[in-house]
Parts: sequence; C-alpha cells; structure tokens
Amino acid sequence: MNFDLIKDKFDVGIIGVTTAHDEITVTVAREILIPLLRFLKEEEEFACDFLTDLCGVDYLPQSPRFQVVYHLYSLKHKHRLRVKVAIEERDPVVDSCLSLWAGADWLERECFDLFGIIFNGHPNLQRILLPTDFAGHPLRKDFPLEGIKEQ
Amino acid sequence: MSERTMRINLGPHHPSTHGVLRVVLELDGETVVDAHPDIGFLHRGIEKLAEHRTYHQFIVLSDRLDYLAAMSNNLAYVTTIEKLMEIDIPRRARYIRVILAELQRIASHLFWLGTHAHDLGAMTPLFYMLREREAIMDIFESLTGSRLTPSFMRIGGLAADIDGDFMSAVKAFTDTFTDRVGDYETLLTANPIWKSRTKGVGVLAAAECINLGVTGPMLRSAGNDWDIRKSHPYSSYEEFHFEIPTGKAGDVYDRYLVRIGEMRESAKIIRQAVDGLPAGPWLAKDARTVFPEKKELNTNIAALISHFGLVMEGFKVPPGEVYHSIESPRGELGFYVVSDGGARPLRLRVRPPSFVNLQGLVRMIRGKLLSDAVAVIGAIDIVLAEVDR
Repeated sequence: MNFDLIKDKFDVGIIGVTTAHDEITVTVAREILIPLLRFLKEEEEFACDFLTDLCGVDYLPQSPRFQVVYHLYSLKHKHRLRVKVAIEERDPVVDSCLSLWAGADWLERECFDLFGIIFNGHPNLQRILLPTDFAGHPLRKDFPLEGIKEQ
Repeated sequence: MSERTMRINLGPHHPSTHGVLRVVLELDGETVVDAHPDIGFLHRGIEKLAEHRTYHQFIVLSDRLDYLAAMSNNLAYVTTIEKLMEIDIPRRARYIRVILAELQRIASHLFWLGTHAHDLGAMTPLFYMLREREAIMDIFESLTGSRLTPSFMRIGGLAADIDGDFMSAVKAFTDTFTDRVGDYETLLTANPIWKSRTKGVGVLAAAECINLGVTGPMLRSAGNDWDIRKSHPYSSYEEFHFEIPTGKAGDVYDRYLVRIGEMRESAKIIRQAVDGLPAGPWLAKDARTVFPEKKELNTNIAALISHFGLVMEGFKVPPGEVYHSIESPRGELGFYVVSDGGARPLRLRVRPPSFVNLQGLVRMIRGKLLSDAVAVIGAIDIVLAEVDR
C-alpha cells in the first residue's frame, strides 16, 4: 500500500501511519475522517470496500479521551487497514459513515449506546442493546462494573 | 401506520426467532410492509466484563458469546492474544485446534439445519441432525467435560492433549458422516415443498452483502468465495486441501446448499488433520502464559511461584493493539484487543458475525410474505447470545 497517496491528498489531518503486528494503523483528525474513508474505499490502491468493524475505546484519564476505531478490509487486495480518530470528552462527536457503508448503521448505534459517542448524520441514533430509558454508557471507564443502584 | 396495516410482534418468545429476538412487523394482509428488529434482550456486557478479568479468565466468557460454536470463539480469542504476544504455537496444537473448530462447525450447521427445516414444517430432519450433533457433543464431553462450553483452548496451546479414544471417536464419526450428509440431502434438496419455501426467498446479492458487511455462508451463497480460512489462513489451515462451496442466487436455498457443502468439506479437513496429526508438544514453551506442569509444583519452587502468579494476577501483555479474525460457522468472528501493558485488557471488542449479518434482515423481508420472514430469519443463522453479547 502506497501511503504517499494519502499524504498527497490530505496534507493536513493525517496524524500518523504506523505498523505493528503486521497491521497498519492510520490515525487521522476528525475533520478529514469521512473524506479519508471515502478515499480509502474508492481509490484503487486501497479499495477498502468492506467495513469489518467499528468500535469505540475509552482511554480515561488520557486526553483526548475517546477513540473511534474503524477496521477496513479490501476483498480485492485482501488487506486490512485500521483507521483511528481521537475525540475529546466535552465534544464526543464524529461524522457518520453510513453513506459509505450501510453496515455502519447498527455498529454506530452500538457505539453510541455503550460509549455515548454521537455520530453526526445518523438518521436513527438510538440505543440498540440497552433499554431506551437506561442512564449512562456502560463501556465508559467511569461507569462501575457493579452497583449502579447505589449511585 | 395506515388503516390498512397491522403491527405485530414476532418474538421475543417465538420459536422461529431462535432466541430472544423481537421483530416488530408491519403487515398489510400477509405482506411485510416494514420490519424493525429489536435486540439486546440477552445483553450481558461481556465486553465490559472482559476489562475486569485476566486474559485467561476471559476464555470461559468467550464460550458464552456463541454457545453453538464455543470452540470457534475459543480459537478466535486465543489466537488474537497469541498474535499480540507473538507466541508460536506447536504444530500438533494447531492441528488439534483445527479438528475441534471443524467439528464445531459441523455441529453448528447441523443444529442450524435441523431447526431451520423444522421452522419451515419439515419435522423429520431435526431428529437425524441432532443424532449426529449428539455424536460430536459426546466427543466434546469426553475430551473437555462439557458439551456446550468446553473452554478447552489456552493462550499458548490447549488445556490437555488428546488421547486415543478421542482419535478413534473422531475417525468413526468422519467415516460415516459424508454418507449422512447425503441422507439429509435426500430429505430436502429435491423436495418440492422445501424448494418452494426457500428458492428465491430472502435474496441478498453479493454487492449488498459487502455494503452491509455480511460475511460467511450468506456472502458465499451470493457467489463470492471469500473465506478467511483461505484468504488469511490461521492455525495451519494452509496445510489442508478443501474447497469453498459457493452459491449463485444468494437466497435461502443457496445458503442451505452452501452449508451442506461446508459440512462435507469440514469432514474432509478433519480427516486430513487426524491422519496427519504431528507428534510433539501441545503447549508452547512460553513461561509468560503457559502453566507449569502439575507435577513440577511439588518439587520446583520457581514453578510454584509462576503458577501462583498466573492464577492470582494473570500475566502482563505488552502494550499494543491487535485485530484478528477467524471464519466461524456464521462468518467473520474477530477480536480487537487493546492492551496498556497490564494483566487485563484495556478494551476487548468482539466483532460478532451474527450481529452484522442480522442487519440484512429488513432488506430481505420488506415486501415479502410473513412466512418468508420465518425462512429468512432461520437462514441468517443467528445466535442471539452473540448478537447481544
């Protein structure tokens, strides 16, 4: 994979490209997330037509606190690519990638449900695993494993 | 909701939803105008629990994700941690893992086919399929002590070596199994009722599968031969010869044919692995994760300390993140693990094939008949414990 293509196309916003355990991770700024995902999907060199997974990670007490992690796959080239975007606790919003992959629907809803991350542009961003009247987002690190009632 | 339509609940307690799935259907007569799946009834917070368990302790939780394919979950989880820690697994252990995972695939497909055919009114197949599945459950029980939740794989190898009884039981099973698959086909493949209930029903084209992230037999029934065992072999799958059955139409009938074909291929893989099973160790030589031998504990203080540490504190995993996936009976089952260097994962994410595949349901049943919805739900092959985690 020729990552100069990305760097040429997005001169600002690419925070880093790293390789570990034979896996490539592209860390990007929130502003270019959707254009970059679209580029990775449509550009022949990458051809990432498959959104394998989308999930959140909570790095409390670090700042920025959250990351949204996208795992992409190319059926044509048979390669994987990880795209990460970091977001702040006070503004946990990223743009929805539903226009690129229909499969992002439930994955984004789950991430909203469990982390409270808001996906801008998602038409039906509701809780999916937990009841609609549930308070809090359980996969956040400051959510207790037991004893919600005592709070 | 217009005056013409009626809203009804399919599930959460309906046999054809294969667990606690609720689908709110909007019907115009018998035609499904719209559908809203409602999931989460079985949510146990397994990803949250994982952050509070040591890496070894999660193995038992992985069984409870997809209880019809617990060996596959074990395999996906331990290979992910082994990738993160760069542990090399002995060849014998990898072969045994392949045998167990393929037995599990057959057991899962058998249970799927039996219940799916039962949903569509074919009462008899279930009895035959449960007979063979029972043989596999017996093999698992004699080896691991448990039928559904074996927890048999370990980070670094297996819980124990296999013995001659296991080998002869597996051989006896594979000797007859291919013929048995032929028997199932005589019940269903050319059966006109079965065909009229499944052909052209629930079509999902390959492009739509890719757009939705749908993997496994559903994708292959639409003509795409993507299978992780071939494209990214793990646990020595590259050493076996097998075909990837594919369909054309992407309908319920082709999903049936693909899974029938997969059972035959799995039996072939098992046979090759049993015949070519290498001798040697079944545990990696890696003191970071592998427990010392029990007899060492009485004589060797270092082994005792190591054992105590592994049980009480777990082992520390170098900081980093890794994604690894396998071909489970339902599709791509992946684990994404982030370690901060401690003895518990900072984040453990399961990429559940059932959850992603179930998203295709609404597209497949909108505008179709209510009875088709039952066929389509069955053909996705969901396990709600994995959908909800």
